[in-house]
Amino acid sequence: MSEGHEQLLEDLLEGKHRALARVISKIENRVPGYRELVSSLYEHTGDANVIGITGSPGAGKSTLVDKLAESYREQGQTVGVIAIDPSSPFTGGAVLGDRIRMASTIGDMDVFVRSMSARGTLGGLSTATADAVKAMDAFGKDTIIIETVGAGQNEIDIVRTADTVAVLVPPGSGDSVQTLKAGILEIADVFIVNKADRPGANRTVQELLEMIELGEGGQPASTGHHGAGATAEPSEPASTDGPKTWTPPVVETVATEGTGVGDAIDEFDAHRTYLEASGKLADRQQMRYAEEIRTLLREDVHTLLERELAAAGGVDALAEAVRTGATDPYTIADTALDSVETCLEELELDGVEVASK
Amino acid sequence: MSEQQGRSIRCLVAKVGLDGHDRGAHVIARAFRDAGFEVIYSGLHKAPEDIVQAAVQEDVDVLGISILSGAHNTLVPKIMSGLEEYGAKKDTLVLVGGVIPEEDKPGLKEEGVAAVFGPGTSMEETIEFVRSNAPDR
Repeated sequence: MSEGHEQLLEDLLEGKHRALARVISKIENRVPGYRELVSSLYEHTGDANVIGITGSPGAGKSTLVDKLAESYREQGQTVGVIAIDPSSPFTGGAVLGDRIRMASTIGDMDVFVRSMSARGTLGGLSTATADAVKAMDAFGKDTIIIETVGAGQNEIDIVRTADTVAVLVPPGSGDSVQTLKAGILEIADVFIVNKADRPGANRTVQELLEMIELGEGGQPASTGHHGAGATAEPSEPASTDGPKTWTPPVVETVATEGTGVGDAIDEFDAHRTYLEASGKLADRQQMRYAEEIRTLLREDVHTLLERELAAAGGVDALAEAVRTGATDPYTIADTALDSVETCLEELELDGVEVASK
Repeated sequence: MSEQQGRSIRCLVAKVGLDGHDRGAHVIARAFRDAGFEVIYSGLHKAPEDIVQAAVQEDVDVLGISILSGAHNTLVPKIMSGLEEYGAKKDTLVLVGGVIPEEDKPGLKEEGVAAVFGPGTSMEETIEFVRSNAPDR
């Protein structure tokens, strides 16, 4: 690691905000040497509770995150927030507006809000997010909230880096078929019907409960007492050992007024308890690291190939050959990969075993 | 520099103090975005320490402060000393936009403001200034 990065790491561990900010920039920009930096963060991580918040644009994510951060601060916890906004595919520019909603905790340096744009290559952003979470974890944040628009695979990958995933569903957002189509049932640990004071909120809650029930394989889930403002809670209350199964609860909130935010936090805590009691936390972490390793390998091989391709005169001549009908993309890819395959035969993955630092 | 490793210039467009005129800030935010910058907009009526917090946490290359209330001589020094406190003053390009009397400009520059853009400044000029002066980190 370079001297500058050594110093940066030291400053970050000492709790200097500027150093944390700078480390995240280095992660985002993939500056030379950032890998060693992230790699050395790992031994200082593992203490943070990571919560992912996703939902359609305008569902109230930023406002809810603001209120969650405020509540966690009242509990005496330090909070990190990573807010991800789309960037323009044309210019790469972005207006990152989530920060405007973070008004409750403004001026409180123990809430570290960082906006990130979705400018990375495919798969790259979830890696960058996971690395930024590591940086905040190493810095000593107790709770880290990742906020992202729930549209598309990329976002789902991002939010998977969290221990607990909350999906925000605004009232009247279509019938349950739409919800199933979006594939949110699989990733949600907690459903939050925000703007619960709006017409149609009860119906949305009801539809979600029905959907959850179906997802449970037809087991009758208790529909609970979902009256006005009440929390519908199909999950069993945590026993001393903690629950061994988990049914996503549906929480109603009005984030602008802070209503139901405490209930949401209770459910997040309950989910955490469940993860720990059932051993699922370790499973999830293992899965996550497996995914991180795969993504890194994929990206690295990709980079190596791109470099070779550029050295061989770039892709343009090949593309032109396809256009004029001289060849086709598959033949080119096969030919190019022939030599790679030869190398792979000599590859010794055994050498990688658990090569500790 | 900005093209390397997919690095994009990060800017905080900040409205500080009591004036509620944010049309200019919006226009700048949009133009910066279209120029390929990443723009974080602070929202209205922010205190100097809020701006400092955002600038430090977001690790911005450029801080553009829009002030139309005439309180620049009070607000700007507060922001600059806040940046100093977090070690962020020397590698943040600070710009001030708004109606700033000619005689106040030297004072702001002395505080560490890189440039003052008054009414009538062209967008291209501002963007070009940012491109050529954004700190090389």
